[in-house]
Order: sequence, then structure tokens, then C-alpha cells
Amino acid sequence: MKYVAGLALSALLIASGAAHAQQGEIKVGEINSYSALPAFTEPYRKGMELALKQINDAGGIKGKKLVVITKDDGGKPGDAVTAANELVSRDGVVLIAGGFLSNIGLALSDFAKQKEILYIAAEPLTDAIVWSKGNDYTFRLRPSNYMQASMLAEEAAKLPAKKWATIAPNYEFGQSFVAVFKELLTKKRPDVEFVAEQWPPLGKIDAGPVLQAIDAAKPDAILNATFAGDLVKLVREGNTRGVFQNRSVVSYLTGEPEYLDPLKDETPEGWIVTGYPWYGIKTPEHQAFLDAYQAAYKDYPRLGSVVGYSTVKSIAAVLNATDDHSTAGLVKAMKGLKVDTPFGPIVYRAADHQSTLGAYVGKTAKKDGKGVMVDFAFKKGADYLPSEADAAKLRPAN
Amino acid sequence: MIVATQTATKGANVELLLVQALSGLASAASLFLVASGLSIIFGVTRIVNFAHGAFYMLGAYMAYTLTSRFAGPLGFWGGLVVASLIVAALGALMEMVLLRRIYQAPELFQLLATFGVTLMVQDLVVLIWGPDDLMGPRAPGFTGAFELFGRRIPSYDALLIVLGPLVLGLLWLLFHRTRWGVLVRAATQDRDMVACLGVNQKWLFTSVFALGVFLAALGGALQIPRTTVTHAMDLSIIVEVFVVVVIGGLGSVTGAFFAAVLVSELNALGILVLPKISLIAVFLVMAVVLVVRPFGLLGKPERAPRAAAGLSFRPWKPMTQIERIGVALIVAMAALLPLFAGDYTLSVGSEILVFVLFASSLHFMMTVGGLASFGHAAYFGLGAYGAAFAVKFLGAPMGVALLIGPLFGMLGAIVSGWFCVRLTGVYFAMLTLAFAQIIWSVTFQWVEVTGGDNGLLGIWPARWASSPQGFFWLTLGIAVVGVALLRMLVFSPFGFGLRAARDSTLRADAIGINRKSVQWAAFVVSGTFAGLAGALFAFLKGSVFPDSLAIPISVDGLVMVLLGGIETVSGAVVGAIVYKALAIWLMSQTDLSKLILGAIIVLLVVASPKGIVGFIEHIRHRRPRTPTGADVPDSLGINMKAAE
Repeated sequence: MKYVAGLALSALLIASGAAHAQQGEIKVGEINSYSALPAFTEPYRKGMELALKQINDAGGIKGKKLVVITKDDGGKPGDAVTAANELVSRDGVVLIAGGFLSNIGLALSDFAKQKEILYIAAEPLTDAIVWSKGNDYTFRLRPSNYMQASMLAEEAAKLPAKKWATIAPNYEFGQSFVAVFKELLTKKRPDVEFVAEQWPPLGKIDAGPVLQAIDAAKPDAILNATFAGDLVKLVREGNTRGVFQNRSVVSYLTGEPEYLDPLKDETPEGWIVTGYPWYGIKTPEHQAFLDAYQAAYKDYPRLGSVVGYSTVKSIAAVLNATDDHSTAGLVKAMKGLKVDTPFGPIVYRAADHQSTLGAYVGKTAKKDGKGVMVDFAFKKGADYLPSEADAAKLRPAN
Repeated sequence: MIVATQTATKGANVELLLVQALSGLASAASLFLVASGLSIIFGVTRIVNFAHGAFYMLGAYMAYTLTSRFAGPLGFWGGLVVASLIVAALGALMEMVLLRRIYQAPELFQLLATFGVTLMVQDLVVLIWGPDDLMGPRAPGFTGAFELFGRRIPSYDALLIVLGPLVLGLLWLLFHRTRWGVLVRAATQDRDMVACLGVNQKWLFTSVFALGVFLAALGGALQIPRTTVTHAMDLSIIVEVFVVVVIGGLGSVTGAFFAAVLVSELNALGILVLPKISLIAVFLVMAVVLVVRPFGLLGKPERAPRAAAGLSFRPWKPMTQIERIGVALIVAMAALLPLFAGDYTLSVGSEILVFVLFASSLHFMMTVGGLASFGHAAYFGLGAYGAAFAVKFLGAPMGVALLIGPLFGMLGAIVSGWFCVRLTGVYFAMLTLAFAQIIWSVTFQWVEVTGGDNGLLGIWPARWASSPQGFFWLTLGIAVVGVALLRMLVFSPFGFGLRAARDSTLRADAIGINRKSVQWAAFVVSGTFAGLAGALFAFLKGSVFPDSLAIPISVDGLVMVLLGGIETVSGAVVGAIVYKALAIWLMSQTDLSKLILGAIIVLLVVASPKGIVGFIEHIRHRRPRTPTGADVPDSLGINMKAAE
């Protein structure tokens, strides 16, 4: 509580301090759904602040202090554009970053194109932001819907299951994820058929009837793309009704601590999920991040922390890569930019502006009354993206 | 053989339908608990309690804390009840401290106060309980399932299925077998009469409010074995609960029960055929019910409020010459803004002006027409999409798109207005909400045309208006002309007819004014101007998303109108400027913008129950400049001139 109040205060200070800019500063803007989605954005902000501190403690950007001005978008695309406008027009930031919801990411990417400013989309998962609605000024950090669908489809294809049912929230995120998963799985396994689908509205799943309808189609396996509160409802109701018994379940995002931890002792076992097993990753770069994070916050990182941390690292990398901090200079430097993240080195691909950040795929299990990921493996993002030549064709010519 | 399989499938289908229906009943029970509370509160106090969802959420949070601390059956069930009692006490406190001060304020003004409280609670729960989703324990004794037709049904569902009718029965007993209940029913029918008979209304209202809040909190507390507790719970239920109350008939608890069952069953069975139906099911039901039965399933026609609107306000007058000069000066000063203000200030200024126009359009319908719309965002959003379609599919230039936008708003208003004006009061408001939600969900689902929730991008202004200065001047010009036109309409014969129909339908009828057609026309005018504002909004933001026609925009509009003062001619202008400027500034300064904004709204409500402009006028008219006797004929003279 104190912490949040402190954050608000520091945000105020940052905002008021920005009015009189100093010579030795480089200002960048960041926009996210801080008030609307605090469960995700609070760890994200901590990750960002950690990276920022590390960068500035190590001398900043070529001796200049890196300043990140954060703004809340309230979960609305229109307000995100207002915030972006303030950052660009008034605070004079050299680039903008952030975004959680896909539609906000798209609104910001279109704003970036119009105002000709670099936008590093941190979190939005929609494929459109780099492909069908991609533009020169927008780059995206997180592994996309397509990439994660592709990772999960690979695992799903190994299952004996032939009859599949899908449950996904009724908006673009869910729709495009299911479509890509279907396409990729059918390509690998032509014998598979999809026998039922359910599209509960986001945040309003009526889990009993939804699961009953799925169960009635007698699928061998279920694909789930619901998350947060909807996921908890689904899991509790499904456990009680035994809908998940003797069925394989492939579940998108469920291994992320943000969504797995609330399930506690009701965590279903053996679901194939994408996520972030921070307790089991043994790479030196992650260990360093984990130690620093826990030392700073006395709390474990969520996936959002990694995203926030890597976003600021990407910002620092691009500012270090070129002395030309005009938009044209930065966009040029972003193409093929290499960044070290807690998940290892990534590259922002020049052809489609997607980073090659990967994800962990594993199975859910219960340990001491808590949900964990086991048998996980890191999937490199580059292996699940179309080739750069093919990806470039997915983008509009501009 | 084939026949046998078919019969087997049929049997299985019937079984599935039965089990599905049972699940629906369980969902209905939780919906009913919350809805019954809202219905009781509205029935007696006539308050549209927007904070009902907030109390539902507080009930869940409180129950989470208590049940996590005290284990065991007693801890759990005791925790649920105690949590609901604590929240009920909070509700009573809010009624006493806040609502009691504003019962005499214009209708719907209390909605503004409860909206402020809702905003505050959303931020407060995050401050108190943290940002993470919280999962409470399962209900002791109800963790398992029983089997029916080889399908498992959670025993907690069974508990809820029983609990729904049980609460209904208890409420019936309470209302029909206790003195308190008799008084409540009497107050629901005619609260003025109850007051005349010497019943202490204050405590009656407080106790009714506490009971309603108790039911909401209990509804929330009962959710913790099923889902997580989050700070967004209130929004996920409030609209649906309103809908259930309206379908059932305002103030009718039994009606709310049937409505909850109807909505939940349609949803549970509907998704078997149309898996995407959930998004829209409740609103479709509401639209159909209200068109067929204008007062809900068990509702009774609303009596005209006894305190006639005419008693509470001063007759409106067109502006005096001095006032006109004053307004012209302010507009001129605004027009000079681009010469020295920065780009950001100008784009915020444009946004405020867009909402000035939007709020004025709603204001026209609400104050002049007496028709409060809860779904005005529909025409705003239609305008935005109209403009976006013109750009995307016709390649139209901005000028043309700015004409097509309002045309969309107008068409939408023509269609939904025709249905809506058959109703009055809150039923009218809710039918507008239903139409807005139906339009929203079509936009949301029709991905091929509207882009779904990913919206339409690249709707930027033409070159001549692409600079923040140019766009500001454009918006200022359109907003000033729009507001001026609306004001002229107020003092035109059409405006007088509209006001007549608002103040007394009977008398208006008698002098040959057709209420429905006059109001329909007002609806269309209002929708057209809202569409114009929406079209400007699309070009301001460069993109259009379904949230431009979603509930929050409608609520923003209502708040602006109420904040400005509902009994004024152009209060919405001031309301929009104050509210939008505050909201944008707070969002830029702090992540706790909702908490502060909510607190400011609550303070304003208490300080000036007539709204900001109403308050100023009140002060101005306390010292009469001219003798009242001379004042009235004079104003009539001007009005007559305007009428000619």
C-alpha cells in the first residue's frame, strides 16, 4: 500500500520534473494500463524501474541519464493516444514504449506512424501490430499470438488427441489465437478435427454452462485461451465437474505467475502451457535478473517484470546503438538491434519488426499447494516465426 | 440401428439440456441476489444506485479477508454473513452521509453521487487489498459434485439453486408479514403519502438501502468459492444487474427473480447453439421485453412524479445581450488559444470541445426533452465509425466523412428512437442502453467490416486540419455552431413543444402536441449531434475502437450533463469542460485518477446539488436585479419573439 502511494508520488515528481528538462537527460515515454490492469502492470513497472536503475547506475546512455516518463491509459485506446500526445508534444520524448492490450497497442502504433515517432510495443500480443497493420515506426517485444500458438501447436500435435474443443475469450486476441492454432495444428495433423467451440465474453465467463457444452461434444483435448478471473472460474468449475479428467488440455498463458498463482491448490495437473517458471530457470542471465529483482523488491518476478525489464533494456540498447536520436535514426537502429534480456539475447527483426524473444512451454503441476510449471523447455522465438522474407510479405507496403 | 442411435442422441440431448438448465439456475441465483437489492433500493428511494456493483465487490473482498483468516465451516459461513453485514453498514453510512443530502436534487442526480463512490472504490480496493487477483477458499461441505445423467454438477450450484428461491421467499415474508415490510411496500407505491402519514422516511430509506446493499454484498461474498476477487468485479456485474432489474420491472423483487432466471437460462442454453451469444444475450432479452412490455415483466406503469418539474426551475430565457457578448468574448479567447498554447494543450482542448458537443447533444435530450439516455455513446460511436467507414471504404476526404458520421448517428437514432420514445423514465433510459449495447456488440463481432476490437486505424485529418492548431479551430467552430444550434432549438417552437411534452404529457396532448413524434425528433437531433462529435473524435484520435460506443462513454456523457446542472439550458458545456479537463489532467498526473476524480465528484454533488451551472444561477438569482413581476413578462416577450 505504501509502495503504491510512493509510486504515485514518484510519478507526480517525474511528471513535474519533466517540465524543466535538463541537459544531461534522455527522455523516453511509456504508457500502460496501470489503473485498469494493476495485477500485470505493477510487476511490469517494477521490472522497468529495476532496469532503469541498473542502466543509470552504470552511467546512463553515454553519460546521459535515462528518464522514463510513465503514463496511465486507463485501459482505453483513446486515452492512450492522449497520453502519447502529451509525451511527444509536451515532454519531448525521443520514443514511446509500453501497451498491454492489443487494441491500445494498435492505436499507439498508428499514432506513432502519424506522428513519426518510434514505438516499442512491450506487451500487446496481436499479430496485426507487426504484420497486417505493421508500420515502419512500430516494433514489438513479446512473442506474439502466432509464435506462442505455434509453440503450443507443436506440443499439441504430439498428443494422441483427435477431437479438439476450444474455449477462448470473445475478442480479437482469442479469435486470432484459436484461428492460428487450428491452422498450425491441422497442418501438422490432418486427422484432427475441432468438434466444439465456446466464446465467453472477457471477464464474464459463465463457466458451468460453457464447460457443460464443451463436455457434451466429448472432445479428446481442450484448447483454452481464457486467463485471469475467467481462468480461475473455468478451472474451479471444471475440476468439480471433472471435465478435464482423462483429457489433454493445452492452455495459453496459464503458466505465467500472474495467472497460475491465483489457482493455488486447485491448479490442474498436466496442462500444456506457455508461461514463466522463474523458480526453475538456471541460465546465468536469468539468475542475475532474479537476484537483482528479489534484492530490490523482496518479491518474485512475474512475466510482466521480465517484459518491463526487457523493454527498458531495449530502449537503452537502441539509444546506445546510435547517436542520431531522431526518429529516422532510431528506427534504423532498431532494425536488427540485439538486446540482452533475462531470457537471453534477442534480435528485433528488420523485416517485420518482431523481436525473437522466446517463451517457456511446460506442464502444470502442484507443489506445496501452489501451481508450478514442470518439464519445461525454452522455445526460441526465432524458431517459431516465419522466415523474414515470408514475414515481410505479411506487411502492408508502405 | 440408425433409429436407435438417433433416439439415444436425442435422449442425451434432453439430458444435456436439463443439466444445462440447472447450471443456468445457479447463475441466476447469484444474479438475482444482487439484482433484488438494487430493485428494492430503487423501488423505495428512486435512486439509480450505480455503486451497487461496488458493494458487490466490497462484499467479495471483505469475505475473502474474513474467510481466509477464519477457517472451518463456521469461519466460512460466518465470514460471508459478517462481511455482508459490514458492507451493509458501509452502505448505510453512505446513504446517511451522502445521499440524504441530495434526495431533493433533480432525478438522476443521485446517480452522479453513486458514480463518484464507484470510481473511488475501484482504486481503494487496489490500495487496500493489492493488485493481485485473490482466490478465496471453497465452501466447506460444498466442494464436490453430484451426478445427474452421468454428468457432474457442483454441489455449490445446488446450494445456489436453493438459495435463490429461499431469499426470494424470505424477502416476501419480510415485505408481507412485518410492519417494516408494509411500510416499504407503501413507500414503493407512494412515498409522499407514507411521509404524510408520519412515518420517519429517513430511517426507512436508510434501512432499505442497508438491506439492498447487504444483498449485493452477499451476492459478491457467495462468488468467492467460484472465482477470484478483483478490482474489476463491479463493472462485470453492474450493467447486467441493471438489465435484470429492468426486465423484471423496477421495484419488483419477484420480477427480478424471473428476469434473472430468464436471462441466465437463455444464456446457458443459447451458447449450445450460438457460442458467441453471451456477449449480447441479456441486452437482446431486455430490448425484446421492453418493446413488448414497456414496464418489464412484473413492473407497473410509472406514476408521474408528484413534484412537477416546473416547480423546481426558473423559466428558461435566451441570453441577454450582455451575456451574448460575454459568450462571444469567451469563444474569441478560445480561438486565440492556438497562437500561444502548445500542441498538447491544443489537442486536449480539441478533445474537450468534442465532448462539449457530445454532452450538449445529450443535454438537449435530457433537459429539454426530459429523456435521460444511458446509451448515448451509441450515436457518438456510430458517428465515429461512419466517418471511419467513409475514409476506409470510400476513400472520402475528411469534409465528407464529417458529414457521413452524423448521418450514421442520425440513422441509428431514427431506428432506436422510434422504439425508445414509446417508453418513459428509467425504462426509456434502459432501452437506449440495450440498443447501445446491441450496436456495440455488432461492432465488436463484425470483424470483417469493423475490425472488431482491433478497430479501424489511419483515420487522420486532412492536411489543412492536421496541425493541432488547425484541428482545434475546426473543432471549436463545429462545437460552437453545434451548441448554438441546439440552444436555438430550445427556444424554437419545436423546443417549446418538447418542453410541454416533458412537463405535462396530458396538457401537451390536449393542445395538439404529439409527445412521441416530438420526442422522436428530439432523439434524432440529439443523435445527429452526438454523431458529429463522434466523427470529430475519430479524426482527433486517428483510430476508432468499439469502446467509442461502449458504456463508459455513455456514463461520461451523463456525468457531464449532471455535473453541469440538469435544469440549465447549457450546463453541459461547463460540465463537459470541467469533467474532461479534470479527467485528462488527473490521468496524466497520477495512477489514482479514479480515486481523486470520484472524490471531487462526490464533493461537488454535496456542495452544489443543482450542478455547477445550476449553482451559479442559483446564486445569481438570489439577488433579483429586476422586480420579479417585470421579469416574467419580459422573458415571455423574448420567448415569443424567438417563437416567431
